[in-house]
Amino acid sequence: MHEMALCESVLAAIEESARANRFTRVRRVRLEIGSFAGVEVSALRFGFDVVSRGTLCDGAELVVLEPPGKAWCFDCSSTVDLLARIDPCPQCGGHRLQPVSGDQMTIKDLEVE
Amino acid sequence: MVEIERGILSANDALAARNRDELAAKWQFALNFLSSPGAGKTTLLVETLCRLHGRLPLAVIEGDQQTSNDAERIRAAGSPAIQVNTGKGCHLDAGMVGRALAALDPAEGALVFIENVGNLVCPAGFDLGEAKRVTLVSVTEGEDKPLKYPDAFAGADLVLVTKADLLPHLDFDVARLTANIARVNPRATVLRLSTRDGEGMDAWTDWLLAARKLFLEDLAARAEARAAGLRQTAGIPA
Repeated sequence: MHEMALCESVLAAIEESARANRFTRVRRVRLEIGSFAGVEVSALRFGFDVVSRGTLCDGAELVVLEPPGKAWCFDCSSTVDLLARIDPCPQCGGHRLQPVSGDQMTIKDLEVE
Repeated sequence: MVEIERGILSANDALAARNRDELAAKWQFALNFLSSPGAGKTTLLVETLCRLHGRLPLAVIEGDQQTSNDAERIRAAGSPAIQVNTGKGCHLDAGMVGRALAALDPAEGALVFIENVGNLVCPAGFDLGEAKRVTLVSVTEGEDKPLKYPDAFAGADLVLVTKADLLPHLDFDVARLTANIARVNPRATVLRLSTRDGEGMDAWTDWLLAARKLFLEDLAARAEARAAGLRQTAGIPA
């Protein structure tokens, strides 16, 4: 989806942080993208390269953490890890799952100079 | 090292929260409509507006990449409408909707329909401040749409299966679609309808009015709790 718009939001948040924390260069950006967030990480990388050109993030390394999502399984009454929203329960194979986390899209931290 | 721990869409989420507060302050109930292009969002809205015309104030925000054709169709049905052209954007965001609400200025208590850009991917990620989200899927699409585009269905409060009058001419399996919707979203209500022959239109408007009533009852309960707190603080007996 809209990876370019996400990259623009990431850059705006970093620029805001740069004003508050007084840094001028970013060497590394760590993002956390849950596996249900609907984000194509390769498109995100491409978008980040494009929007960061000529900015304080130009040339910065982009690290994307992709933790599995979690869902509540109604069949085995437990919380399980899922890689895709439509996957069956890895414990019992059931399909009655309610996602409880995994759609987060967060900027974790920056390595700056 | 600078810790940020900030949501990538936090700027959008903050604007969406503001829209939600402003809508609540004017007792306006807003719905965000998602579907692929051509599933029948505008046709459904025009038909719904005709049915509700004169019963309560109505307003429409139309999102499209280009043209004001849809807003003109809505105005022809007698409701105020504003067109938001997203240009190269593929979705509405909360900032666009906030500006559209300010310009449209719907009446107190209005039902506000927000028709998102026809796209099952990008609009799903952007909260607009709506009270309920409605996703449309037409019977000329595949039964596996919810599996192919789970995000658009996972966030829906209601899924409307449109163009049901075409079912006799198709091999479309509504039960299989419903099962696929349940796989990505077990809590969504699913209704089948046709604007052409009117099937399901009463059930749809009943759902809409019942959801608005619950929303307004919730606002009233909050207002009463606030009034009670104010009286207590002022020492006025209840």
